[in-house]
Amino acid sequence: MLKIVITGCCQALLVLLALAMGPVHPLHAQETLKIGLVAALSGQSAKSGEAIIRGLSIALDEINAKGGVLGKKLELLTRDDESNPAKGLVAARELVQREKIAVLFGGLDTPVSLAIAPFVNQAKVPFMGVWAAGTGITRNGAAENYVFRVSAVDTLVDIALVDYAVKKYGAKTPGMILVNNAWGESNEAGLKAALVSKGMSAAGIEKFEANDVDVVPQLSRLKAAGADTLFLVGNVGPSAQVVKSLDRMGWNVPVVSHWGPAGGRFTELAGPSAEKVHFIQTYSFSGKLSQKGESVFTLLKAKYPEIKTTTDVTPAVGIANAYDALHLTALAITKAGSIEGTKIRQGFYDIDHYAGLIKTYAKPFTPDNHDALSAADYIFTYFKGAEILPLSN
Amino acid sequence: MIIFSALVSGMSLGAMYGLIALGFHVTYIVSRTVNFSQGSSVMLGAVLGYVLVARYGWPIMVAAPAALLGCALLGLLIERVLVRPFVARQSNAWLMATVAGGLLLDNLVLFTFGKEPRGFPSWLDDKPFIIFGVGVTPLQIVIPLVGSVVAVALWLVLTRSRFGKALSASVQNSDAARLMGIDVGRLVAATYGLSSMLAGLAGLLIAPLYNVHAEMGTLFGIKAFAVAIIGGITHAPGVMVAGLIYGIGEALVTALLGSTYTQIVMFSAVIATLALVPRGLFAAAALKKV
Repeated sequence: MLKIVITGCCQALLVLLALAMGPVHPLHAQETLKIGLVAALSGQSAKSGEAIIRGLSIALDEINAKGGVLGKKLELLTRDDESNPAKGLVAARELVQREKIAVLFGGLDTPVSLAIAPFVNQAKVPFMGVWAAGTGITRNGAAENYVFRVSAVDTLVDIALVDYAVKKYGAKTPGMILVNNAWGESNEAGLKAALVSKGMSAAGIEKFEANDVDVVPQLSRLKAAGADTLFLVGNVGPSAQVVKSLDRMGWNVPVVSHWGPAGGRFTELAGPSAEKVHFIQTYSFSGKLSQKGESVFTLLKAKYPEIKTTTDVTPAVGIANAYDALHLTALAITKAGSIEGTKIRQGFYDIDHYAGLIKTYAKPFTPDNHDALSAADYIFTYFKGAEILPLSN
Repeated sequence: MIIFSALVSGMSLGAMYGLIALGFHVTYIVSRTVNFSQGSSVMLGAVLGYVLVARYGWPIMVAAPAALLGCALLGLLIERVLVRPFVARQSNAWLMATVAGGLLLDNLVLFTFGKEPRGFPSWLDDKPFIIFGVGVTPLQIVIPLVGSVVAVALWLVLTRSRFGKALSASVQNSDAARLMGIDVGRLVAATYGLSSMLAGLAGLLIAPLYNVHAEMGTLFGIKAFAVAIIGGITHAPGVMVAGLIYGIGEALVTALLGSTYTQIVMFSAVIATLALVPRGLFAAAALKKV
């Protein structure tokens, strides 16, 4: 009898335990609303990933302090793509299929984002690009496009680069030195089109590998072809190799660059000539900050003790783009009233107004335009020591 | 001018490939094994040099030998842990073990040194001087010079010295060499130490031209192995000459045809060379001498 009682009690206890534990997983799943990030957190562009995480974290803290989204706190899950498209795609699948994230954020590398775009369109999960500028990422030709972006767009950047080179340096026969990957190709097409629209053509187009030690042979060809200005497209390490090679061959030519140099310790890697490179950005924490800028800077200092002055907020573009992108995403989810991908996509279209860090967004996304920033939002900058300072265009 | 400029670029890169390839050479001639993590030794030389100079403020004349000593110790460790146990069992698994060891080291450095590439400036790469209208930095002359001196010195040591004779004896008949009192195991270990040291030297020399990061050596290691095979892995000066040919070839193809064709032309040339001269360009001469 006693045995039956004990057995019964044990069984009852087990049932109670099961009941108590059973709801833990669904409840836990409902407690937070997960968003994912696939970006370069190691390798030559690691600093870009760090900046994106900082921008997202500041926005996430603000949103969660106000109660989160749809009554749930936001939770950020990060994965390292090591700047490798295959690894990025695997990480994206894992976040979408296993972690059931509501929205996926992307990092610096265009080839990685280009690899992820077809998958998110198929999975109907919104993807928010906050750095990679490849034109084909948002303009991917999909009938149902789930890819949005708060960042520069190559085709618009290229127009701005050509305008700047002509206006600032009187460029007539510019040359291109482009990293040999999908990002370089995207800009080759954009720069060619921008030059044609001005009745110009390139003196030469040269490619280089991201791990090239010496770019002198390619630059020598451009010099021999009569290039009077160089358009540079490459991440921070490769861009530094171009600048060092220019120094080595003693060629003092104006360099107008995409924003690759902003992704790391450009001046340390490229040496003093790094300061001669003028490159495009979407935001700078230098100079007089807006009220929003001051507020974000204060939060950054509080959360990351190593940030003491605006000099330490680098790369600013990653932080600013990610910050605005997450706030816009939170608005889209709120508009959608659901974490269903199709409804969030409609939520992005339904955003009317958001006073952000980079600018005040008015109707930032439409079915025909998935890019929240336009050419009017770009600024030209240069490195002064470790700080990125704006130039007067 | 373009050709001269390519020659200057190619010689420093080629000498670096040659130095790493000499590392393959020294272990191969003694033990018929090679260390496939040579690229990681390149990286370790550069990283240790950077840490000692930039973080601890050591003068380069002290930091460089210390970094090379670190690389030599790594070589000894690789031989003891990743090569000797497999060779003793007459297994070829040392091949995969050394690859894995390299990956392990790369990742250890990634976590300890950091994820970001760092600049390793040197006054030797500061200001170029102009020769025939082409900018040349002192480092671009130092690298091929060091490479050539090391290759010739190694060749002389291996062919003329008592140490070299001991090596030759152990290559020809290791059992007989043991009976003659030669410690073959210690000789093999020494060549692994030397091999990693040569790769570390290449890393230290190339760091100011490039940058310092955990994965910097991988591609250098692969190209250097191709160079060692082309040169005829048993002939030290041949390996260095093959390195120079490869480096200059790369730079010339890029300068004359454009970078799109560099890898296509170079690796086609490697395949063609191996098809026509399977032992490598200079191995035949070495074989005759033996």
